[in-house]
Amino acid sequence: MTNSTKRKITVAVTGLNAVDSPGPGVAVIRGIRDCEDFDVRIIGFSYESLEPGIYMEGIADKVYQIPYPAAGTQTLLSRIEYIHAIEKIDVIIPNFDAELYNFIKISPQLKEFGIATFLPTHEQFESRDKVNLFKFGEKHGFLIPKDKTIYDVNELAATAKEFGYPLVVKGKYYEATVAYTLEQAQKAFHKLNAKWGLPIIIQEFISGTEVNIAALGDGEGNTISAVPMRKLFITDKGKAWAGITLEEQSLIDLAEKFIQATKWRGGFEIEIMRTQDGKPYIMEVNPRFPAWIYLTVGAGQNQPAALVKLALGEKVKPFTTYAVGKLFIRYAWDLITDVSEFQKISAFGEL
Amino acid sequence: MKIHSNLAVSDSGFIFNPSNGDSFSTNLVGAELIRLLKEGKSLTEIKKEITSKYEVEPTVFEKDYEDFISQLQDHFLVSND
Repeated sequence: MTNSTKRKITVAVTGLNAVDSPGPGVAVIRGIRDCEDFDVRIIGFSYESLEPGIYMEGIADKVYQIPYPAAGTQTLLSRIEYIHAIEKIDVIIPNFDAELYNFIKISPQLKEFGIATFLPTHEQFESRDKVNLFKFGEKHGFLIPKDKTIYDVNELAATAKEFGYPLVVKGKYYEATVAYTLEQAQKAFHKLNAKWGLPIIIQEFISGTEVNIAALGDGEGNTISAVPMRKLFITDKGKAWAGITLEEQSLIDLAEKFIQATKWRGGFEIEIMRTQDGKPYIMEVNPRFPAWIYLTVGAGQNQPAALVKLALGEKVKPFTTYAVGKLFIRYAWDLITDVSEFQKISAFGEL
Repeated sequence: MKIHSNLAVSDSGFIFNPSNGDSFSTNLVGAELIRLLKEGKSLTEIKKEITSKYEVEPTVFEKDYEDFISQLQDHFLVSND
């Protein structure tokens, strides 16, 4: 039975790739579905036919493939216009770094269609980019490891001399490798260049405990939510496979300071390396929710649902408490489906 | 020396440090020592309580107590303020 007092909304979500290096889409959807204030229809936006979230029961009501970011904003907008004519979308939540630029760019047109988003501005998006992060830290008083952006593998030796080994070789969008020798650094450079293109970022190696914060800013400098998590189990791709919420005011303060400095609008994740003497180095700021965002729901701060409310123009009171010691443990599960399902999404771009 | 006030210790001796997510196991006496430290008891008070409850010489207790505190320090569960 449907509760008639609940607001009926349709939310489109990307990032259905719940794989070993997962996108956040499935977790975002679970959070929205858990919110009792909505009667929600979920539209999944996928890029590839084998994203597990396409086929998972109880995740998306309908899935549409959308064009890759490289196809450009006009192609994306046309596709969304087509889907919107059928689905009457209220909110879109993009969840990939690589697609955000386009979604930010088309957000005024989406607004004209009647589709809300809750995204950072291009300026906010660029300020936390790996390439600009060190300057950003200097400006706002955050500890950031030294880094250097390089475009040629021959620049590696001089950079390594400056930073010493080990050092971190990072891709433009994703992935990082710790290199202990010049040969390892060169190998990582070529691998990341082939996958993500140039530039490559070389970063000073910081030793410590990895802690992440998932947070939500209201775009006016206020923190709606901030939940810190320590990774307990890390995959070979550096992704958290298990984690636990922490009680550490200094981490909440850091997220609040970041939101105040940037007036961040939307969800984001700060990746921190805390050294043994307690110094929090910001390693990266991801401009969208992390894949472990459902932990914030489990801990009592439903960030995805709060973002939907903000996108719809509702006032959201900042969360003040969350459960400390809440764990998430990811698992692998073989979902059985039929080739006809795969055929529908592959051939028609819809399921 | 002060034990972190937010340290969570179960009756079975599972210790969780909510500041950094570390967790440890100790035996029942260890859990009891942590409980007494969290209550702000002094070494003299703890020694009195433990030696009256268990068959242990005060000198042996003091040595074991120092070892235990040293382990807590190694794992950042106590601070010196």
